[in-house]
Amino acid sequence: MCLAIPGKIKSIEIQYGGMVRMAKVSFGGITKEASLEMLPDADVDDYVLVHVGVAISKVNEEEAQKTFKYLEEIGELGELEDVDEYLPKSE
Amino acid sequence: MKYMSEYRDPELAKKYLEEIKNTVSRPWSIMEVCGGQTHSLVKNGIIEMLPDKVTMIHGPGCPVCVTPLNLIDKAVYLAVEKGVILCSFGDMLRVPGSQKSLLEAKAEGADVRILYSPLEAVKIAEDNPHKEVVFFAVGFETTAPANALSVVHAHRRGVKNYSILASHVLVPPAIKAVIDDEESKIDGFLAAGHVCTIMGNTEYHPLSAAYKVPIVVTGFEPLDVLQGILMVIRQLEQSKSEVENQYARIVREEGNPDAQKVIDEVFEVRNQMWRGIGEIPESGYAVREKYADFDATKKYNVTIEEAPENPDCISGQIMKGIKKPFECSQFGKTCKPTNPLGAPMVSSEGACAAYYHFSGLVEA
Amino acid sequence: MSENKKIRMQLQCPMPKLDFDVITLGHGSGGVLTNKLLDSGVFDLLSNDILDERHDGAFLELHGKTAFSTDSFLVSPIFFPGGNIGELAVNGTVNDLAMCGANPKYLSLSFIIEEGLPVKEFWDILVAVKFACQKAGVQIVTGDTKVVEKGKGDKIFVNTSGVGPIHPKAKISAKNIAVGDKIIISGNVASHGMAIMSVREGLEFDSEIQSDTTNLNHTILSLIEQFGENIHLLTDPTRGGVATVLKEIAQSSEIGIDLFQKDFPMDEQVASACELLGLDPLYVANEGLFLAFVSESEADSVLATLHEDENGKNARIIGTVVAEHPKQVIMESAIGGKRVISMLPGEQLPRIC
Repeated sequence: MCLAIPGKIKSIEIQYGGMVRMAKVSFGGITKEASLEMLPDADVDDYVLVHVGVAISKVNEEEAQKTFKYLEEIGELGELEDVDEYLPKSE
Repeated sequence: MKYMSEYRDPELAKKYLEEIKNTVSRPWSIMEVCGGQTHSLVKNGIIEMLPDKVTMIHGPGCPVCVTPLNLIDKAVYLAVEKGVILCSFGDMLRVPGSQKSLLEAKAEGADVRILYSPLEAVKIAEDNPHKEVVFFAVGFETTAPANALSVVHAHRRGVKNYSILASHVLVPPAIKAVIDDEESKIDGFLAAGHVCTIMGNTEYHPLSAAYKVPIVVTGFEPLDVLQGILMVIRQLEQSKSEVENQYARIVREEGNPDAQKVIDEVFEVRNQMWRGIGEIPESGYAVREKYADFDATKKYNVTIEEAPENPDCISGQIMKGIKKPFECSQFGKTCKPTNPLGAPMVSSEGACAAYYHFSGLVEA
Repeated sequence: MSENKKIRMQLQCPMPKLDFDVITLGHGSGGVLTNKLLDSGVFDLLSNDILDERHDGAFLELHGKTAFSTDSFLVSPIFFPGGNIGELAVNGTVNDLAMCGANPKYLSLSFIIEEGLPVKEFWDILVAVKFACQKAGVQIVTGDTKVVEKGKGDKIFVNTSGVGPIHPKAKISAKNIAVGDKIIISGNVASHGMAIMSVREGLEFDSEIQSDTTNLNHTILSLIEQFGENIHLLTDPTRGGVATVLKEIAQSSEIGIDLFQKDFPMDEQVASACELLGLDPLYVANEGLFLAFVSESEADSVLATLHEDENGKNARIIGTVVAEHPKQVIMESAIGGKRVISMLPGEQLPRIC
């Protein structure tokens, strides 16, 4: 359950007389507002996971690579160059 | 989309499947607790690609499915009889109560609205000062901070005509209930990644240690699920029972402390009814006394008689992985997504609905 | 300037002398107000020889086998990115006729208006109707206008019916579908449904998602002209989306269909919007899109022809008719797994789970 998807913070706005920190978050070309109250240190250009209008976690870019390297790590994929083709191209 | 589409790579998926095949030496039953993972398994056709020795059991991880009948009846009552603007998430609207669903109440003229976020409900309350607005707040730990936040916002902004009808369920007590059932034979768990995003992994260590089961906190994309399954199988094959984190790009060991704070501000743990399973101790959230004005159950003091569950429905056994949906005498006959007898046929992520669609039984 | 824009520009005609701001019950009463609305509005704008007769019905000359189709249109909001309910209503019936292999000629146009609709909005809808008719080469030859009390409608409902002669080379029938047939989709999926949804859900797009509503008759007729009976079946996946339409065909024709998810053409923003709201694009409505079942031998040529057409530049082969699993639609997922495609039990709703 709990549909949540990652997006990039485009801008941050303080609303309701300083009470609420809201972000415009971009998801592959669409933008939606999300509350940043659960992520006080999230900043513009950070990737955050958004669930029902609330950002709940910052994406850890380093950890994000591990799924592509796991098979190699457990020693089954062998050659290093095999891995590179699965790594996401940097934007 | 970054951090999503990369985890759908068909070539790497194949390598993961090969590795799973090479690793598994005897039959294992693995429960994916979360409906989102069930969805991913079904939508991507992963179940069929797994070796026969690996059986996936769809857990009780759909909060919409396990929302008690009585609460749906209450929501319908508030919308129809009390004339409130009743808001909820889209998938909650179709779930049948004992008389009707919220969607049917809407068709009869009740003001029922589908929202993407509970924060929008507070705005609706502000814009409609002469109406009462109730948000039917369902969800697991993932959704609890957003629902709690709506109460905090309403409180801070002095919005008096807003309240929530809370039906929150907690995952670790449900896993415990599943393991405790003598009939269930589950060897390992994929824990729900987004739940752990909020609560962290600490609650799983004692479970894993006490019951000697591997628990792998897992994400939702095809590669996430495949990696999670492989990690569980590797542990099982090596007779290990640890908590591992497949979804470390999102989930921290300690979870999200700011989110936990908001939950704790608004909610307290209570015993909770699960549709199809029954009461599980300390498995839900109630609104704290401090925010009683925002608690729809107190504000309206609605008592509705408990309607009995359909006696032919074996959903409890299905959600615990004791029986498969097609072992139910009603499956696909009287019980269909258009006419669900019980929880797992209700949402597209429920175990029975997933099997129903996957087996292609769906005819007009 | 594109052809569409040119026609639009020509149609920037000023609003006629309609000396009222909103449409009231009186405008549907059949009396003076009705005449005012129709004279200065509908008749003037949509004028043609047949309509100008202003009889109770239209006098038409039709020869040979003729297709006849009707459809009602209700959409909220009535104005959406890429169009409004007016052109939707014209294109809808034009396309339904085209799917029969017919050349759409004459349409009826009926409005059910909820009182309180601003005249300006009604006018904009009429202009869109005229624009769509001009593009499709069809005439509105008869019609009706009724007004209902506030609360008994949703701004405006439109019904169109239409007729047109079947192209002599057309042999469109589900009975002609054969094992090995390729299923071609003419463009990106889910654009119309998500354009509507984006307005309802308050989604902002970096570049606007537009409804794909358009007339497909010229595209279709040139395909039929060229490929004749090699085109076995044509259908437009509107309500219920591609999945529902294909499942219906598989079931009623007792054929098996294999689909390949990786081949589905989709705009990236539309895909993202679907992810965000938890919707399956296969079940989202389309407007300017069609599916063609064509002979295996001609599939590549049909595709190449479509790629030359404005309405088919993103066309792809998405599936095959197979002998195995009759009545079932099975889709191979992007990672190579298989899933059975079924009909939705109800309307697709945004989900949290």
